[in-house]
Amino acid sequence: MKIRAIALNTFKETIRDRILYLLFFFAAIALGISRLLAVLTVGDRVKIIKDVGLASISIFGVLMAILIGTGLVYKEIDKKTINTLLAKPIQRWQFLLGKFFGLVLTLFIMTLAMGLIFLVIVLLHTGKLDSRMLLAILFIFLELVLITAVAILFSCFSTPILSSIFTLSFYLIGHLSWGLETLIQKTRPGTGRMALRGLSAILPDLENFNFKTEIVQGLAIDPRFYLFSALYGLVYTLFILALAVLIFKKRDFI
Amino acid sequence: MAAVLEIENLFKSFKVGFIPKKREILKGVSRSVAAGEIFGYLGPNGAGKTTTLKCVLGLIFPDRGKIEIFGHPPLSAKGKEHVGYLPENPYFYDYLTAAEFLDFYARLFGLRKKDKEDKIATLLRLVGMEKARDLQLRKFSRGMLQRVGLAQALINDPALLFLDEPLGGLDPLGRKELRDVIVRLKQEGKTIFLCSHILQDIEMICDRVAIIVGGRVISQGALQSLISERVLFTEVTLSGIDPADLIDLGEPVSTLGDRILLKVFQEDNIENLIALVHERRGRIHSLVPRTQTLEDIFVEMVRQG
Repeated sequence: MKIRAIALNTFKETIRDRILYLLFFFAAIALGISRLLAVLTVGDRVKIIKDVGLASISIFGVLMAILIGTGLVYKEIDKKTINTLLAKPIQRWQFLLGKFFGLVLTLFIMTLAMGLIFLVIVLLHTGKLDSRMLLAILFIFLELVLITAVAILFSCFSTPILSSIFTLSFYLIGHLSWGLETLIQKTRPGTGRMALRGLSAILPDLENFNFKTEIVQGLAIDPRFYLFSALYGLVYTLFILALAVLIFKKRDFI
Repeated sequence: MAAVLEIENLFKSFKVGFIPKKREILKGVSRSVAAGEIFGYLGPNGAGKTTTLKCVLGLIFPDRGKIEIFGHPPLSAKGKEHVGYLPENPYFYDYLTAAEFLDFYARLFGLRKKDKEDKIATLLRLVGMEKARDLQLRKFSRGMLQRVGLAQALINDPALLFLDEPLGGLDPLGRKELRDVIVRLKQEGKTIFLCSHILQDIEMICDRVAIIVGGRVISQGALQSLISERVLFTEVTLSGIDPADLIDLGEPVSTLGDRILLKVFQEDNIENLIALVHERRGRIHSLVPRTQTLEDIFVEMVRQG
């Protein structure tokens, strides 16, 4: 109940944020441009629309999660709105979860809106819809949920600018960490390889949420991989949230 | 009377600076607040008033010491069920309207829809903000925020109310209105813990006070027992007398036209003064005995402390 009240308030806060609409505006333009790019392309035009479209949803969704998420907790502390809130009978973890779910709800609506525009463009161009497209969008959303948790974690102890840089780094590392696998294979067995293995275990692998290529190219995906990716997202998000709660629990609000 | 708030030997320090240096803010504060009283907690800026409050409300963690609100530790939700808090310079979610803001806080206490609407309407009326109900808080002036702040502190009908500089930022009329509200709340049986450095306000409404200077409570007790009834001096305004004749009787403070304001320190001199005015056919416009005020005590203690 209390988490819901805070989540609802956070939803109001984020949905009234101008940055959100600015990003949404650009996302809509990018989606429109995908249609334009298709016209200029030789070859399979539908693939270009799908590829650019899904990438736009992903990139603008991540920007929304980072730019809004990193300010959520910091603003409350900076403007001292948190003082009256925590003087009410709520626990600190309830506050954090409320903030998290509030932004997740906003991102859900935004992903839905961007997804709709995308699907309409695809439908207008091809005259049919591939249900796997929805799956691709769903996994983009799951990635956004994880990014939101990371943004909130950094927002617990750092300024929005620094938190944005940290979260963006997390996102970039997450999408490039698969490169480590190649490095591990090329390294001789020994301490070096062990260290790289350790690093690869800790670093996030956000490519787990990326089904764009397979779906756009119409390749088959093992259903177990969907399940693994969803579980991976859930466990990683819970881990990050738990870390945020631990840090937040000990904070003094001066 | 039973104590609703117990603070025992509270210590708190902060680390400040690039190379962290420990700075002690509270150095062993102990207090007990009884049910149904208005308790004034006063001290100069930076004395540790707000820090004490934040420790009590679980916003910061004391280094040492014990705090109990209705017998519960400060972080427990049970203790906070019956507590209201108005911070200093309140600032709230500026994207919400006054009604939305109160609705949000009412939800945190699980108020039912009907009760919630009634409560919000009553509170907005109480603080004189019913016209600003649907106005976004970003358009509020400081005084308006203060009023809405008091309304949010009362949303759960608290038994214990913490007010940090509640009359700051208000115009004279607003101060009077809010002071009346506070007194009315006391009459309803609420306990009020009031932090302030505006002594006049405290003097008017508090039952008991504690004075904190440099992180230590240096004096506490009932207001009457702190302030003596002894007349310090008498202020006399008179006219029609040559100032030179008054030098032996008191200390002339100012002259406005032919009116002279005189401070008379000895009671015998007042009778002599009246006799003199009578004899010279002058006039006495006012004669005000000045007893010790909280301000006198405060200034004296802060200087000593």
